[in-house]
Amino acid sequence: MAAALGWWGVPLAIVAGTLRGSVPFLFVSLGECLTEKSGKINLGLEGTLRMGAMAAYGVSYLAAGWLGPGLSPWLGVLVAGLAGMGLGAIHGWLSQQRRVNDVAVGIAMIILGSGLANFLGKPFIQPQAPQLPIFKLAEWSGLPQVQAALQISPLLLLGIAIVPLMHWGFKSTRWGLHVRAVGDRPEAARAMGISVFKVRLTSIIIGSGLAGIGGASLSLYYPGLWTERISSGQGLMAVALVIFARWQPWQCLWASLLFGGAQALGPAFQSVGIDTYYYLFTATPYILTLVIMILTCSPQRTLLGSPGALGQED
Amino acid sequence: MRDHHRSLPLSRRQILRGLLATSAFGLTAKFGTGCTQSTTSEGGAGSPAKDFVVGFLYVGPKDDFGYNQAHAEGAAAMVANVPGIKLVEEASVPETTAVAEAMRSMIEVDGAKALFPTSFGYFDPYILELAKEFPDVQFFHAGGLYQEGVHPKNICSYFGYIDEAQYVAGVVAGHTSKSGKLGFVAAKPIPQLLRNVNSFTLGARSINPAATTQVIFTGDWSVPVKEAEATNSMADQGVDVVTCHVDSPKVVIETAEKRGIFSSGYHANQSSLAPKGYLTGAEWDWSSIYTSLGEQLLAGKSIANGDIPHILRGGLADKFCKLSPYGPAVSDAAKADADAALADIKAGKLTIYQGPLKTNDGKEILPAGKGLKIDDMQLETMDYLVEGVKGSVS
Amino acid sequence: MVRSPHWRSLESLLIPAGAIVVALLLFGGFCALAGANPLQVYGSIYKAAFGSASAWQNTLIRASPLMLTALCTGLPARLGLVIIGNEGALVIGALAALVAGLALGPTLPGFLVLLAMAIASLAAGGLWIMAAGALRHYRGVNETISSLLMNYLAIALMNHLVEGPLRDPGFVTKPSSYEITQAAWLGNLPGSRIHYGLLYGLVACVIAYLVMQRTTFGFAARTAGGNMRAARMAGLPVGQLTLAVCFLGGACAGLAGLVEIAAVQRRLNESIVSNYGYAGILVSFVARHNPLAMIPVSILLGGILASGGILQRSHGLPDATVLVFQGIVFLCVLYSDSLYRRL
Repeated sequence: MAAALGWWGVPLAIVAGTLRGSVPFLFVSLGECLTEKSGKINLGLEGTLRMGAMAAYGVSYLAAGWLGPGLSPWLGVLVAGLAGMGLGAIHGWLSQQRRVNDVAVGIAMIILGSGLANFLGKPFIQPQAPQLPIFKLAEWSGLPQVQAALQISPLLLLGIAIVPLMHWGFKSTRWGLHVRAVGDRPEAARAMGISVFKVRLTSIIIGSGLAGIGGASLSLYYPGLWTERISSGQGLMAVALVIFARWQPWQCLWASLLFGGAQALGPAFQSVGIDTYYYLFTATPYILTLVIMILTCSPQRTLLGSPGALGQED
Repeated sequence: MRDHHRSLPLSRRQILRGLLATSAFGLTAKFGTGCTQSTTSEGGAGSPAKDFVVGFLYVGPKDDFGYNQAHAEGAAAMVANVPGIKLVEEASVPETTAVAEAMRSMIEVDGAKALFPTSFGYFDPYILELAKEFPDVQFFHAGGLYQEGVHPKNICSYFGYIDEAQYVAGVVAGHTSKSGKLGFVAAKPIPQLLRNVNSFTLGARSINPAATTQVIFTGDWSVPVKEAEATNSMADQGVDVVTCHVDSPKVVIETAEKRGIFSSGYHANQSSLAPKGYLTGAEWDWSSIYTSLGEQLLAGKSIANGDIPHILRGGLADKFCKLSPYGPAVSDAAKADADAALADIKAGKLTIYQGPLKTNDGKEILPAGKGLKIDDMQLETMDYLVEGVKGSVS
Repeated sequence: MVRSPHWRSLESLLIPAGAIVVALLLFGGFCALAGANPLQVYGSIYKAAFGSASAWQNTLIRASPLMLTALCTGLPARLGLVIIGNEGALVIGALAALVAGLALGPTLPGFLVLLAMAIASLAAGGLWIMAAGALRHYRGVNETISSLLMNYLAIALMNHLVEGPLRDPGFVTKPSSYEITQAAWLGNLPGSRIHYGLLYGLVACVIAYLVMQRTTFGFAARTAGGNMRAARMAGLPVGQLTLAVCFLGGACAGLAGLVEIAAVQRRLNESIVSNYGYAGILVSFVARHNPLAMIPVSILLGGILASGGILQRSHGLPDATVLVFQGIVFLCVLYSDSLYRRL
């Protein structure tokens, strides 16, 4: 059997954790980035994440019969995206009504989304659904640990591909301009004839759809199963990530990679013998983010890049 | 923003809103009641009033492929095998006042005469308080430590010595592991869990004295991502047999299978999740225990009278737990040794915690020649890891 | 649309009532799809939440921590800050209360121990959220994020201490701290099984309302919340207001932590984290951050939670149903806010 890696195990685990743990963060933060650029906050992505995970797993399992295990996970991903869009539609419509607050709707949607996911997902806890394929990048290595670590999901590649797309979209397309206009100065946008309601609704729906796909990665890639506790605040953290990333898609990517890698720290350290303070190790990504935010923010700069209309009602 | 010029504070609207919301809610529900039958039970041609109602409470979902499912299957067996028992169940009840209210509701509304709150954390203070308040109801708690004279008389604290089964699983693991490195994904360092880690290690070391067990604590009973990470990092370190004590072993077993290492199950039979790598597992066998308790309850026996013991424990011999069937990777030699160990434990000939025994930081637990029988109370407060386990409890 | 004044004041009664009715209809439809009889479900919900004295107590017990944690979001919200760190403040308050209780328990009479615990929890919770407010004011760190991250920090700290230095080796069912002395236990309201925490919650909401509506401090806070720049130009000490309001909000959540320790669990362990904080955020928003409105909204949520059990036991609905119920009710009530002056 393979020899132990000793201390090399820690950086390897971080690399592996980055590659597999960052996928849900990436999709949710990209989706939320889009939503917040248009001036609305969608906290409900935690519920959307779970709904996406459940939908993807369930569909992959149910469709395995007639689509085969190669295609059914992809159908699952598709349905997860659609489910996310459905929840996004509810959030998008409701949060744009008069006197209705984003954060409140978001929390109510977390509850509803989680409830629906758990409710509909009961029959899927036991069975095993076909998983998404994995690209094995390290077949050249003799070490099985390295082989196992350097595996990439096509979803990660998809997410990484969306990053420059979104970046370019915001900067250079008319649609991106609309989104930013609606997010910065809705009155000006209205004066330009843009339908603030439609642009925001579309952004929220697409953002939520992306989050649904992020959920699919949880249940069809890593950890690769459906249970009711599959997500423990990752959706909420991804919303924090977006602000941490200053609403820039590329920074969302780096932040997601950071968080994914940090998730692996606790167990990796324990496996080489550092087992005290494991709760605090588990909390490292959060502490890290807080410290970075404290160091890099200042009262003048905090609003740089922030969509002007974020947090306002109506 | 607020209109400050209004003579009436806007808040009155808010209060009225809220109050009327609540009462409208109540009225509508009441209106609904008027048109329905008074019985709230679903379907079922009127169950005889003599049905003995037993309530089960679970801390998580009933089909988690693990702890709660094992209890739920046992409860279902009780109902199936003992006619006259009516089961009411509530799942996902947190270990807060919610469980106290849930138990109370089962007693007052459903007329439960015996309750099985199955999570460790329900005991203190919730069961203790309710047992005092309802002396006619019998409380069977999985895991708690009943103290004679201190706790109310209508509580029975039951649990299985599943560490006996983990010992045998350790024997199989010791045979099968080529690297001699075993892994244990653990939730929190409580005695029942530590007993499993230790007995698994002792079982493995009875075959391979150089075997070690790497234990990784995830910090909570159900954190799939951490459990997967733990399994992966253990595989990275050369561990080739992994077992666990978490609420739902599904993640650990499936991840182990993906990494191509062997796994040993817990709580329930997870062999379908790892067709190649599943060696065996330590399972609960609540069905026989619950059926027997059900029959005793129906026969009018009670804990308070002493018919049913306050502390109910048992291991492999008393059918509180069992070993999963051997998987395809288990060698014949392993099977032979494991079956021998199984027989010895059932016959009471094998003492798992036998001196000389040291903790993994060198302190002595038992000198040579001394042993602790499986039902020794000292084991119920275990707070150490034995030599051969890599990891620490704090 | 011009309507008579009578209609306008009726609005504040009809609209929320209507929202609840619609929510119940939607939920009934959901139950029907799930195979349960909606009318029977309505009956069960009523019975479990409001149908008897015991049911009312169930509801109020679940509602009482929410009143305090809701204030943690509601008070800073008047200043325009969105704080979601209620869970963390509750845990820190509980931790402080426990440490005070363990340290002083042997030496002081019960009442004084409880008082010391209360002061400790108020201070700890208050300072915790005040830190988030300070970060916002002095470093421009978004308070929503910082308070969210601090939640995780508080929980990790609590878990670490409870499994390490504070751990009671005699308590075997889960890693837990020592128990506080019995003399310091908070009792129940006479004649009921509801602990005094309910009273603290009610009083805190009333006091918060009075402070916000009737004092110059509250007026200054609300003004600054309305338009921060104008307030600054008018010379209002925005920094001090931020810190003070955050402290008050955090203190309330810290007090909720005290109640959990002194009245319910008597010791500290992982069960202190039971979503009271996040539920409090929702309560605050639904009540539009009005402390008096938080009382009935908490009771409403308490009633929904109280009915969760009976949905499982009598109707065979899975445990997730109560979450769906909560979600539908709150979405409908939130939507109904937009109907004022529209009908």
